[in-house]
Amino acid sequence: MANAVDAPKDSFRLSMLIYDTRYRSLTIQVIVLMLFMAGAAWLVDNTVRNLAVLGKDFNFGFLGQRAGYDIAQRLIRYTNADTHARALLVGLLNTLLIAFLGCIAATILGVIVGVLRLSSNWLVARLMTVYVEMFRNVPLLLWILLVFTAFTEASPLPATFRVNAQTGEAESSMLFGLFAVTNRYTAIPDVLVERGLGSLALGPLSINLTFLAIVAVIAGSLLARRALLRHATAVQEATGLRPKTWWKSLLILILPIAVLLWALGVHLSVPAITGFNFTGGVNVSNSFMALWLALSLYTSAFIAEIVRAGILAVSRGQTEAAFALGLRPRRTMSLVILPQALRVIVPPLISQYLNLTKNSSLAIAVGYLDLRGTLGGITLNQTGRELECVLLMMLIYLAISLVISGAMNVYNARIKLKER
Amino acid sequence: MTKTVFFGTLTVAGLAAGLASAATLDDVKARGELNCGVNPGLVGFAAPDASGTWAGFDVSLCRAVAAAVLGDPQKVRFVPTTAETRFTALASGEIDLLARNTTWTFSRDTDLSMDFAGVNYYDGQGFMVRQDLGVTSAKELDGATVCIQTGTTTELNLADYFTANGMTYTPVAIQSNAEGEQQYLAGGCDAYTTDISGLASTRAAFADPENHVILPEVISKEPLGPAVRHGDNQWGDVVRWTLNALIAAEEYGVTAANVEDMAANSPNPEIKRLLGTEGELGAMTGLDNDWAKRVIAATGNYGEIFSATIGEETPIGLARGLNAQWTQGGLLYAQPFR
Repeated sequence: MANAVDAPKDSFRLSMLIYDTRYRSLTIQVIVLMLFMAGAAWLVDNTVRNLAVLGKDFNFGFLGQRAGYDIAQRLIRYTNADTHARALLVGLLNTLLIAFLGCIAATILGVIVGVLRLSSNWLVARLMTVYVEMFRNVPLLLWILLVFTAFTEASPLPATFRVNAQTGEAESSMLFGLFAVTNRYTAIPDVLVERGLGSLALGPLSINLTFLAIVAVIAGSLLARRALLRHATAVQEATGLRPKTWWKSLLILILPIAVLLWALGVHLSVPAITGFNFTGGVNVSNSFMALWLALSLYTSAFIAEIVRAGILAVSRGQTEAAFALGLRPRRTMSLVILPQALRVIVPPLISQYLNLTKNSSLAIAVGYLDLRGTLGGITLNQTGRELECVLLMMLIYLAISLVISGAMNVYNARIKLKER
Repeated sequence: MTKTVFFGTLTVAGLAAGLASAATLDDVKARGELNCGVNPGLVGFAAPDASGTWAGFDVSLCRAVAAAVLGDPQKVRFVPTTAETRFTALASGEIDLLARNTTWTFSRDTDLSMDFAGVNYYDGQGFMVRQDLGVTSAKELDGATVCIQTGTTTELNLADYFTANGMTYTPVAIQSNAEGEQQYLAGGCDAYTTDISGLASTRAAFADPENHVILPEVISKEPLGPAVRHGDNQWGDVVRWTLNALIAAEEYGVTAANVEDMAANSPNPEIKRLLGTEGELGAMTGLDNDWAKRVIAATGNYGEIFSATIGEETPIGLARGLNAQWTQGGLLYAQPFR
C-alpha cells in the first residue's frame, strides 16, 4: 500500500539497556562478567602482592634443579641426579599407568558384574548385588588401605624365600617357580631381549626400536585379521555361507609375533632372592597392586550399574524379536542388545574413567609415587614452591581429564544412533 | 577457571592470615596463647601422654617460650604437623613457632623464608635394622629396602649416601614416624632411616627394643632447632634468647629448684642479668625483666629438660654427646647475657 509508513525509528537511549527487553539480558551478562573478571583480577593481584611481601617470587625455575630424591617405581630412567622436571615426568607416567590399567580392569570387571547382575540365576544375581553395594558404599580410601594392609600383613617377608642353610629348604616358595608374593612387592619375571634393535635418539626423547617393532607387528596382524573377516563377510553376503576363519585368524595373530620374538631372542628372566630382596625380575610394589586393585574394584561397582542401566534401557521386545528370529542368547546379546546399550553406557562411563584417574591421587596413602607424590609431594616440600607445584599439578590433571574425555567423546560419536 | 579462583581464594586466605601476624609477639600476647607446631608423635620429643598432655623435649621449648611471653607454660596450643605440612603451617601463620626436629639448612633459612632461632639438638642421620638381619654397618645395606619420611632432609641425605658409596636401594615413601614404625615392624623395609635421636625414640616405643640396632654410621649433620617466620626479628629474638636462657642456666647451675634463691642471692653478675635482678635485658626484647626466671622455674634448664625427656635415665636413653655444654666438650654455647 502506498500510504504505509515505516515504524518510527527509536533513537537509542542509555536507559534502554535496562528497560528494553531486547538489551536487558545482554546488559546483565556484561555486568556479571565484568564483576567476575574484577574479582579474579583482585585475587590474582592480592596473591602476587602477598607473595612479594612474604619474599616469595613466582617462577618455575625449580623444575630445572637437581631433584636429589629417589623414586622406587619408574617407567623411565631416573636417578636422584635428574631434575625435578624429570621426577615430575616419572610421577606423571606412574599416574597414567595406574589410570590406564585401572580403567581396563574396571571396565572388564564392571561389564561382567553388570551383566551377571541381570542373570536369571538367583544366586549369581544376588551375589553381584552384594558386590556392587559393598564396593560403592565404602569410601575408596578405606578400600585402598585395606588391600594394602592385606598385602603387607598377610604375605611373607622376602627373606623367607631364602633357602635355609641347615634345613636345605625355604620357608616360602614361589608360585609356579616364576612369581613371588612378598609383603613388599610381587616379584614377576622380566622380559629380556637378547638381540635388541637399539634405540633412536630424538632430542631429549629416545625411542626403543625393539618396542616399536613389536607394536608394528601386532598392529599389522590386527589389520590383516580385519581384512580376513571383511572378506569372510563379503563371501557370506554373496553365497550365504560363512567360510571358517578361526584357524586363519589364529595363525595371523600368533605366527608373526612369535617369529619376531624368536628372532629378537626374547626370554624370561626369573627373579631370585639375592641379599635383601628379589632381583633379576620386576618387583611390582604392593602400593601399586593395592592402589590398582582397590581403584578397579571400586570403580567397577559403578560401571556395573551403568552397564545394567544400559541393558535395561533396551526394551524387552528387542530380545523377544531376536529370539523369534532364532538368534541364540549370546548372539542376541552381542548383536542386538549391547550395540544399543552402548549408546546409553558410554557417556556416564567417561565420568567413571575421569573419576578413576583423579582418584588415583589417593596413592599418597600407600606411598605410591604418582604425580601427587612427586610433584605435589616431595618436590613441593623440598623446594617450598607450593603455589607453583599445585597450579602445575591441577593443570596436568585437567589436561589428562580433557584428553580422556575427548577420546571417549570420539568413540561415543562413532557408536551413537546414526540418524538419517 | 572456577577451580583456579577457588584455589586463589584459599591461597589468599592463607596469605592474609600470614600477613596479619607480622608482629607475632603482639599477636601472641593479644591471643593469650602460643600456637606451637610440633611432631604429631615422637616419644621424648613431642607426644601426648596418657592424659592427653603434651610432653617432650620440643614441647618443653614451646612451654618455655609461653612462660617467657605469657607467664604461663600451659598457655600453648600444640599443632601436630607432618614433615610435609610444617613449613606451610609456619608460613601461613597457623603456628607462631615450629619446634619439630627441623634441620637448619641453607635453603630453608633463605629460600623458604624461615629463620632458625638456634640449635636445641645436634643430631645426625642413622639407620636402624633388626638384629637378626646380621648387618653391622650401613655399608652392608646394598640392595636393601629403606623406609624414609618424605619431605625431609634425610630423604636427600639417603640418596646422596647410597650414590656416594655406589650402592642401590629401594625407597619406601612414608608420611609420618608412626607409619614408618608400622612399616618397619611389619617388615615392609629392611632399614628405617631418620635422625638418630628419632630412631632411639622410635625404638623405645617398640615391644622388643633389644632386637633392633642402630648402625654406627652417622651419615649427615642435622642441627635441629626452633624456626620462626623470616622478617619478624623481634619474635625471632624472643625465641632465640629463651633457648639461650635455658642453655645458659645450665652452664651457671641455675635450676628450677634454686632459681628463686639464685635470683635473690647469687653474687654472679651474669646470673643476675639473666634472672632480671640487674639490668633491663627483658625490656630490650619487649618482655619484662623476670622472663628468664619464669622460664627456668617452669621447665628447668636445658640439662633438666634433656634428662627428663630424652636423657639416659629415660627409655629413649640418649647420651648428651654433642649436646653437652661447651665446657663439657659439647657444642652448646649460649651467647653472653649482656
